[in-house]
Amino acid sequence: MSEILKVEHLKKYFKTPAGLLHAVDDVSFSIKKGKTLGVVGESGCGKSTLGRTILHLLDSTDGKIWFEGQDITHVSKPQLKELRRNMQIIFQDPFSSLNPRMCVSEIIQEPLEIYKVYNDKQQMLRRVAQLMRTVGLAPNLAGAYPHELDGGRRQRIGVARALATNPKFIVCDEPVSALDVSIQAQILNLMQDLQMELGLTYMFITHNLSVVKHISDDILVMYLGKVVEYSSGDELFRHQYHPYTKALLAAIAVPDIDRKNERILLKGEISSPVNPKPGCRFAPRCEFCTDICRKKSPAMEEIIPGHFVACHNVAKINSME
Amino acid sequence: MEKILDIENLNVEFKSDRGIVKAVNNVSFQLNKGETIGLVGETGAGKTTTALSIMNLVPGPHGKIKSGEIKFEGEDLLKKNEKEMRKIRGGKISMIFQDPMTSLNPVVTVGDQIAEVIKLHSEKKSRSEIKTKAKQMLELVGIPSSRYDDYPHQFSGGMKQRVVIAIALACNPELLIADEPTTALDVTIQAQVLELMAKLKKELKTSMILITHDLGVVAGECDHVAIMYAGEIVEYGNLKDIYKETKHPYTIGLFRSIPNIDKKDDRLVPIPGLMPDPANLPEGCYFAPRCSMKMPECEKNHPQPVEITPGHYCRCLKVQKEAEKNE
Amino acid sequence: MDEKNMQINQEIEDISMYKKQSQFIQAWHRIRKNKVAILGMLILIVLILGAVFADQLAPYGYDDQDVMRRFTFPCREFPFGTDNLGRCIYSRILYGARVSLLIGFVATGMGAVGGTILGALAGYYGNKADNAIMRFCDIIQAIPSLLLAIAVAAALGSGLFNMMLAISIAAIPRYARTVRASILTVKDQEFIEAAHAIGASDARIIMKHIFPNCLAPIIVQVTLGVAGSIINAASLSFIGLGVQAPMAEWGSMLSAGRQYIRDYWFVVMIPGLAIMTTILSLNLFGDGLRDALDPKLK
Repeated sequence: MSEILKVEHLKKYFKTPAGLLHAVDDVSFSIKKGKTLGVVGESGCGKSTLGRTILHLLDSTDGKIWFEGQDITHVSKPQLKELRRNMQIIFQDPFSSLNPRMCVSEIIQEPLEIYKVYNDKQQMLRRVAQLMRTVGLAPNLAGAYPHELDGGRRQRIGVARALATNPKFIVCDEPVSALDVSIQAQILNLMQDLQMELGLTYMFITHNLSVVKHISDDILVMYLGKVVEYSSGDELFRHQYHPYTKALLAAIAVPDIDRKNERILLKGEISSPVNPKPGCRFAPRCEFCTDICRKKSPAMEEIIPGHFVACHNVAKINSME
Repeated sequence: MEKILDIENLNVEFKSDRGIVKAVNNVSFQLNKGETIGLVGETGAGKTTTALSIMNLVPGPHGKIKSGEIKFEGEDLLKKNEKEMRKIRGGKISMIFQDPMTSLNPVVTVGDQIAEVIKLHSEKKSRSEIKTKAKQMLELVGIPSSRYDDYPHQFSGGMKQRVVIAIALACNPELLIADEPTTALDVTIQAQVLELMAKLKKELKTSMILITHDLGVVAGECDHVAIMYAGEIVEYGNLKDIYKETKHPYTIGLFRSIPNIDKKDDRLVPIPGLMPDPANLPEGCYFAPRCSMKMPECEKNHPQPVEITPGHYCRCLKVQKEAEKNE
Repeated sequence: MDEKNMQINQEIEDISMYKKQSQFIQAWHRIRKNKVAILGMLILIVLILGAVFADQLAPYGYDDQDVMRRFTFPCREFPFGTDNLGRCIYSRILYGARVSLLIGFVATGMGAVGGTILGALAGYYGNKADNAIMRFCDIIQAIPSLLLAIAVAAALGSGLFNMMLAISIAAIPRYARTVRASILTVKDQEFIEAAHAIGASDARIIMKHIFPNCLAPIIVQVTLGVAGSIINAASLSFIGLGVQAPMAEWGSMLSAGRQYIRDYWFVVMIPGLAIMTTILSLNLFGDGLRDALDPKLK
């Protein structure tokens, strides 16, 4: 199986009045075709910025991006337009990501219009009908406006729009976070079915660990713009090596009364991504922090095959099994 | 066990263009002193409206408490006038709202906001006494008292929520209503805040109503649970009843919709359809249109709460039938 | 296979048959319910018709003088009476409507177009363009609009077109700011990002996504702006910088009639009422339009 997306040392910095904001700071990973990479982290970790930078909705500051073997780090406008046929995004907020003045069928057919996929209007409507059916929207909703529909249906419109040009890769930016639990399950099932049916590759961004475990093949854990741990989903939930990942998993409120949750409480708050101090970003909150942690930023190391961690003291913390 | 809150047959309606919106329908439950009840449900279930009714803060004129009794420490709150309610709010019953970003006044220092509630509920204390108590509250929630003069925007989300908790607990209320207190927070911060609330609850012996849609949070914090759907309580019991002996099809559906962190589910089992329009509730059982266990009579008869096992109530005709069979 | 085709065809029919109502049709339905706004609109229509058909409706010409019949009180022959030169006030109101309404709409139109273009450039491109344009607007707004109009009229000379130009220049900043604000609000919405993500060009984004969301405030500003322009025109004529005699214009009629207010109230009151009615009905309609176009009130 080939890698459909590869990212190397990707950086995205923002200039702010307070200084340089390191939103994404040296991130590297790859995703195989047909698989799902889950990207987890809390607010400010840079996961949304990562997704948008890969799609060129934001310009990268440094690093390289390869898509289907081609270097797409710097592309011209017409190249970008072609690229967007294959790389799509589903947004978190199903309300603000839809133009309130366009009805359902207009929203879904817009990508088809932009890429002039069909010459014949009938054929285009046929495709719209097919897309609506695929995502579970009743055809009589074609003339409805977003504000007339509930969150679940609105998100389905977003999914249909993303699928219109038959993309190969979709960035899903917290697509179910704004939805009720029972609707979340509906949309997650839909996305999994589509992946199997159409061979889609997903980058699934979320802060919800239960969801990410359910849907991901591999998981990237981010903290303040850096990757702290990267491994397959199953493996990550069995063994975590980075202290942040441990705390994150321990913090999950599991709906099970028998489970005694040993919460690892992190002290303090997340530090600012603006002009970050040298050393490990997690150092101020880490109970295992040592001198070197404050001076040098840890590099990603392969602890066991396929499982990468960025921590100076990983062996000591885990009394290496 | 002493009962601190006893709600009986609460009905709340809203007037809208589409007709009468029945937000809360015949809700009854009790809370023992020192315990926590979780009010669980999805958007539109009526949890927040129930909580606002206890404080008599249902937004009028379109919102109205149609009927019911809310007995707090033996007295019916719905019979009290506004002046009496103001004494109770913040003093005996406090509320924490969902969004810490907007719950705090951006132009008043956090210290003063805590001091305000103390001032409103103690005629005798002097200004310095009030300030001291406010600083104590800051320390109690884990914020250095040196930050008394800081403004809300200088704090992160988690810390703002701590300030909100400090305000709510400043006058040592008997009852704390927490409306989705950690939903807007990151997972690790949520853990911190929940830990804090548990600790304070224990120290100050506060009873709590915890409103949430997160069954994980409920498992860690509550003694009893009431599951709400379309303005009604469809299942009620202690933790074991709800988590181990789930009876109502909606509750079962909720559990099945959540990805299991321990097992690998290939597929979630969502509840098909949507919650009914509260302006247009169906005949019979409100959940029937989405229920996989529905029987013909479910669409005609409205189920009443039935005690399945002592303390475990369920509003379902099928469950009722099976319970009767087992007797 | 046939069944599947039938199903697909049915779906296509459902979709294309679904008459999506444009936002304007929806707005129209909502305005219809607002009786006060409809009243305003009807009054405006009456005034416009009066202006258009002045030739047919006016019993006398606007400069038809007869000193013998000066200061006739309103009667059957002269519904609004006659002025100091014996001219039929009713006829002069009708002809004056042409001028006043023309000024109102044209001056406002010019100001709106100019302001929209400037505001759009400032809002979409930001940075230096935004700065330059907004400072230019600041300068214009720093001068009281009437004084500005006077200055322009004084520089270019009086006359109908110059008066309109003067008023429109003074109005530009208001439209520029409104449009700029709209664009800034809309620009950051996620659906604009979504439009980029599906490959839409800048032009498409501006025309299809940003503009329709900005039109509503512009339209409302225009209806309210017309009222303001008429007042400004009246004020300019009042001080003699507007249209010249014997042309009928409500403002100049008001100005000339002032001295007779005690003895012959109708000479000044009638034009005043005409101005007031126009502005009132424009405001009522403008308010109704604003409410009808507000998506949050849907």
